[in-house]
Amino acid sequence: MTMADVQERTNAPVGRKNGDSAPEAAPGVTRSNTPTVSDTRQSLYAGRTKVYPKEAHGKFRTVKWIVMAVTLGIYYLVPWIRWDRGPYLPDQAVLIDFPARRFYFFFLEIWPQEFYYITGLLVLAALALFLVTSIAGRMWCGYTCPQTVWTDLMIAVERFWQGDRNARLRLDKHPWAFETLWKRGATHLTWLLIAVATGGAWVFYFADAPTLAHQFLTFQAPTVAYLFVGMFTASTYLLGGIAREQVCIYMCPWPRIQGAMFDRDSLLISYRAWRGEPRGPHKAGQSWEGRGDCVDCRQCVAVCPTGIDIRNGPQLECIQCALCIDACDEIMTKVDRPTSLIAYDTVRNLEVGDKGAQPIRLIRPRVILYAVAMVVVGAIMLVALMLRPELEVSVLHDRNPLYVKLSDGGVRNGFTMKLLNKRYEPRAFKISVEGLPAGAKLDLIGHAGGVVPVPPDNLQSVTLYVTLGKQGVKALHDDDTKFAFVITDIADGAKIEHKATFNGPEVEHEH
Amino acid sequence: MAKKHVDPSADVGTTGHEWDGIEELNKPLPKWWLYVFYVTVIWAIGYWILYPAWPLVSGYTKGYLGYSQRERVAEDLAQAKAAQAVYRNKIAASSLTAIEGDPKLLSFALAGGAAAFGDNCAPCHGRGAQGGFGYPNLRDDAWLWGGSLGAIYQTIQHGVRSGDPDAHGNQMPAFGKLGTLKPDQINDVAEYVLSLSGNADEQEAASRGKEIFATNCVACHGPDGKGNQALGAPNLTDELWLYGGNKATVVQTITNGRGGVMPAWTGRLDPATIKELAIYVHSLGGGQ
Repeated sequence: MTMADVQERTNAPVGRKNGDSAPEAAPGVTRSNTPTVSDTRQSLYAGRTKVYPKEAHGKFRTVKWIVMAVTLGIYYLVPWIRWDRGPYLPDQAVLIDFPARRFYFFFLEIWPQEFYYITGLLVLAALALFLVTSIAGRMWCGYTCPQTVWTDLMIAVERFWQGDRNARLRLDKHPWAFETLWKRGATHLTWLLIAVATGGAWVFYFADAPTLAHQFLTFQAPTVAYLFVGMFTASTYLLGGIAREQVCIYMCPWPRIQGAMFDRDSLLISYRAWRGEPRGPHKAGQSWEGRGDCVDCRQCVAVCPTGIDIRNGPQLECIQCALCIDACDEIMTKVDRPTSLIAYDTVRNLEVGDKGAQPIRLIRPRVILYAVAMVVVGAIMLVALMLRPELEVSVLHDRNPLYVKLSDGGVRNGFTMKLLNKRYEPRAFKISVEGLPAGAKLDLIGHAGGVVPVPPDNLQSVTLYVTLGKQGVKALHDDDTKFAFVITDIADGAKIEHKATFNGPEVEHEH
Repeated sequence: MAKKHVDPSADVGTTGHEWDGIEELNKPLPKWWLYVFYVTVIWAIGYWILYPAWPLVSGYTKGYLGYSQRERVAEDLAQAKAAQAVYRNKIAASSLTAIEGDPKLLSFALAGGAAAFGDNCAPCHGRGAQGGFGYPNLRDDAWLWGGSLGAIYQTIQHGVRSGDPDAHGNQMPAFGKLGTLKPDQINDVAEYVLSLSGNADEQEAASRGKEIFATNCVACHGPDGKGNQALGAPNLTDELWLYGGNKATVVQTITNGRGGVMPAWTGRLDPATIKELAIYVHSLGGGQ
């Protein structure tokens, strides 16, 4: 489906320029002269057409306020949640501990070699994104993308200091007036404060939040903390406050991927041209017969944070934030026409127009595919998580040399054993060997009595020597004999076996 | 064929590129993007001024800051050395047993010893200290000159037949070459030597060799052939052979003698490194 196709179907008038407007779209409905970005004639390089989004009111705006509060709340507050892990470990619920190489997430703790859990989470997130997109378009962009949320917040701040769209337009006409200057100054100052808070919250994910906050305020925090706060302050201020829709239109790759994810049954924010056209201002008492419901008030354009006209059909710039729905519904209520002239609708539905609404097909092959993939990945992760051992053993056989011949004709093999204790308490393990001929001797270097203590949530490396006497070597049938290390928890007697190989000289029967 | 026309919905021209009915809009680049490019150009100029950048006929522009990666590496190395000095001074000043008793010093010494071993000892003794023909395996339990920490330290310091006045100097004479023993006597004594570890083929020759052994060999190897670490005489009754334990090799050894050389490391390496090496070698599994 191309934009041109949609254009033909919706048959909307194009290229409307400013100046062909009546002052009122309908009685009591002011007509906005907001130009769309594409209205401006463009050269090789286009200056930015500033967008002055008007405040919308309605259910989607309410939903967006709630989503903003929840997502920002999560971002700013999560590092302060405590989670008791006993005396040896940090009590921060979510913590990425680089120096200790651990990632804590509530009841979960991930070691570096278990990064596949994160990979699984990312795969799940990607699948969820595909699923949502194929059902209802750019929900992510419109509601939860950090760029959208922070831009929305920055616009709210701008509106608080400078007033709504018309007031801001007026201020921009007198850029050096005192009023403009102080209101802008206040706006930018507030933006910077938000940006600093954003950068500040970021670093708290990487260190104990209360400690770091104290260090940060007393200028004792590590330089890297200030560096990252600075970087995130700059990027929040620039991307959320200044660049805004430019990020979505020019920087983000996601809009380009969308095209492959929508289909004719995806619910996209659409202007129902079949109902709205032909559009035009509506005078009091005029009949609605023979004309569309669109009174061409351009309120949908005025509220649009990316400055486009949704009536031109699906566009790359549209982040599907649904604010035009709110704006249009408000007007439709005012002029006493049914709402939902702009609404979440499918291309299939738009095509048939008023010939009867099609049932919405949510269950489609791609939806099923994404859902099944999510369930499979989720199940794999869950099982992996439940089977996650609390003690991991790895044994590395000395390779240089593979074995050492001893003066009595015996043979010794060296091993490096690593014991990973994933419990939050210290443990001790007794190590023995099984499956070697009688007389096999095990020496633990530096651990008398064959007992290895492992600190809580930590790793202990130990050098082992397994020695077979001459008789033992003779009893071997092969030059590499399988045997097992048995690791027994002193406290509860739980046993783990770890397979290993005993190497010796090639079995020969001459002298 | 490429045809250009103005796309009605976007109100800009197309580039004329079309794939399956999808046309590429000829959208202008945002100006700020152009400005970002200019900023990167200015950044590059600033970089040229501050940092080494342009190659010249001989040399290069050094840059205002005088930054040099080579110097940075040298500084980093010097810093690392300074940080190590604390431990190394301690090691140089401590006795071997004191070092072994201090876990921090011990792990530092082991790490340093492993590195020094790779640089200095591996060419002869092998990267894994497993030795080779004529070069002793340092992991097994047989030691020519003693396997205690002190004996290993002594050997590394002064070497073997190295010319150092304190070096281990005793040597196996070339009994055949010097004419001390006749070839058939050598055959007999070789059989006897092999019989000590239960590997003789000719029992008669071996019993004849016993007497020759008593006359010529016991001075160093001892009456029962168990060797003598003070003289560097190997134990002939065990299963380990530095030059090989088959008869031909034993005959060759008795005929031509043996005298491997190990350099003295005092003077080549600093005292702390030698101590680290001794501790490392002692830890390989054969230390006594």
